[in-house]
Amino acid sequence: MREITLSQAVNEAIAEEMRRDETVFLIGEDVAEAGTPFKVLSGLVDEFGTDRVIDTPIAEPGFVGLAVGAAMTGARPIVDLMFGDFIYLVMDQLCNQAAKQHYMSGGKLKVPMVLRTNLGATRRSAAQHSQSLQALVAHIPGLKVALPSSAYEAKGLMKTAIRDNNPVVIFEDKLMYQDKAPVPEGEFLIPFGEANVKREGGDITLIATSSMVQVAEKAAETLAAEGIEAEVIDPRTIVPLDEATLLDSVKKTSRAIVIDEGHQSYGVTAEIASRLTEKAFYHLDAPVLRMGAMDVPVPFSPALEDLTVPTPEAVVENARKLCAGEMIHAA
Amino acid sequence: MSDAKHNSEDYLRMYRQMVRIRTFEDNANQLYLSAKMPGLTHMYSGEEAVAVGICEALTDDDRITSTHRGHGHCVAKGAEFKEMFCELLGKEEGYCRGKGGSMHIADQSHGNLGANAIVGGSMGIATGSALRAKLQGSDDVTVCFFGDGATAQGLWYEVMNMAALWKLPVIYACENNGYSEYTKTEEIAAGSITARAEAFGIEAHQVDGQDVLAVNALTRKLVDRARKGEGPFFIELMTYRYHGHHVGDINREYYRSKDEEKDWKENRDPIVRFRGWLVEQGIASEDEIEAMNAEIKKDASDAVAYAEAAKYPEASEVDMHVYAD
Repeated sequence: MREITLSQAVNEAIAEEMRRDETVFLIGEDVAEAGTPFKVLSGLVDEFGTDRVIDTPIAEPGFVGLAVGAAMTGARPIVDLMFGDFIYLVMDQLCNQAAKQHYMSGGKLKVPMVLRTNLGATRRSAAQHSQSLQALVAHIPGLKVALPSSAYEAKGLMKTAIRDNNPVVIFEDKLMYQDKAPVPEGEFLIPFGEANVKREGGDITLIATSSMVQVAEKAAETLAAEGIEAEVIDPRTIVPLDEATLLDSVKKTSRAIVIDEGHQSYGVTAEIASRLTEKAFYHLDAPVLRMGAMDVPVPFSPALEDLTVPTPEAVVENARKLCAGEMIHAA
Repeated sequence: MSDAKHNSEDYLRMYRQMVRIRTFEDNANQLYLSAKMPGLTHMYSGEEAVAVGICEALTDDDRITSTHRGHGHCVAKGAEFKEMFCELLGKEEGYCRGKGGSMHIADQSHGNLGANAIVGGSMGIATGSALRAKLQGSDDVTVCFFGDGATAQGLWYEVMNMAALWKLPVIYACENNGYSEYTKTEEIAAGSITARAEAFGIEAHQVDGQDVLAVNALTRKLVDRARKGEGPFFIELMTYRYHGHHVGDINREYYRSKDEEKDWKENRDPIVRFRGWLVEQGIASEDEIEAMNAEIKKDASDAVAYAEAAKYPEASEVDMHVYAD
């Protein structure tokens, strides 16, 4: 199978959907000729023109608001939010407006829009361009949240998001745009709420999102060499969450670590760990462990920044302890 | 006005709609005062000529976005009493199945995209609706209602900039009732409000919001021009809210005097004023007007009785409509 980058996969998904459905359009800062700072959208303006690939002023609440109104009246906007950190700027439009229209109107209004943005630290971009804020939006009923872990997921999840009749937030890992993965030619969609078992194993379950899937896979290789077989699962969407696949795995392995790059406290890892504990308690041989980013603003200095995110080594160490029955006091 | 007779049906409909709004609000206030309505609500009484003058210049395909003080917009855009009172009382037959209530009432069948409980919260939605119209080659126009208090929100300046850059068919209608909740707007607004729109190159107008004919005539012109791609436009409508910020805001002398309220009610009431004009022009007699008022009053009390007796949503609805299929 051909291999393409995550960036190319996103570009291809959007182009295919824009060809298929003329109500789909792109809007955001520097999305047209610039193709975004990461060049993810390069070339789309040449095919679809500036009517459908719309450069906006630097006014995040304004253009997200425009997308909500366009979506409510018959269009399917894809909003580009240059950095995930800017979600704080658009919280009212996203969480008070987009997320609630369908419910508040008793099911009459719909907001079929995609907000694509990014997450991920270790790019030396400091505290306001490095956050992984998926937990914030996953907390809000009415929003769906997708976290692609490779080019394959990036394409399939984006196409599903564009066709979904709800506001969907997609976080791409900004450090993975140039990572290649096998992506089939031709159309495919990845349904929301279907976790992907990346690696099978019977000793411990590693549930990981986005870039943390790679971290979990590396850890699993090291563990395998030591005789510990880890099962690696990528939920792919955290809203909706494929609880059944996660529970089945944990009931089999009796141990689990949940890894996500958002802050650990009150985060994605906490939510998943809690559900596993509530629903698989009597199958567990050890507490379900959370591994998120440290609860500190992301520091600039490489010497400090690298300490804040989960690493394969840290996952290996924790997995060893869990399998050996040692107590771990997390965070 | 020489065409008064010719347009008499339009004028009578405008009068009727203004009285319907006032009557709706009188009933809603009573429901609140008698503790029959859950929560609270914001009365539109006194501002009727604004909603009616504007909405009578629109078709069902044209959209509006409304505010927390939104009953007037909803009635003026064509909504029915029964579904509105059901919504205010949280009943299943309400426009939003009781899930929105007074502050989120919406009626898509007539192009009302909904009231919004965040001050200025629908400015993006209205402008986005206009962007959609332009992208899809549709000739509908969107009117964004908001109050003078909302002009302090940053969102307005962001969306006006884009609306002006892209010549979007949106009309920003600022209902200036002089008060931002419990504060005189002149204490919190620097400079001129129309000048703020003009700074973006947007044609701005100020109109007497108590004169339904003046509001309607101006809006018709601007709507026609917006359909031809000459938008966006801004209108500042000078008006007054008879009640407090919300129905529970009874003792309000700390921010405005009873004399001021009395003056607006006695000397500038949009309904009394228009009624006088209709009689003077021979479009309707006092008796005909009284009969119309009585009929509307009966419609409203019938709708209230219906809504009071109507059923609440089933408990099974509570997690329905979180996500669309």
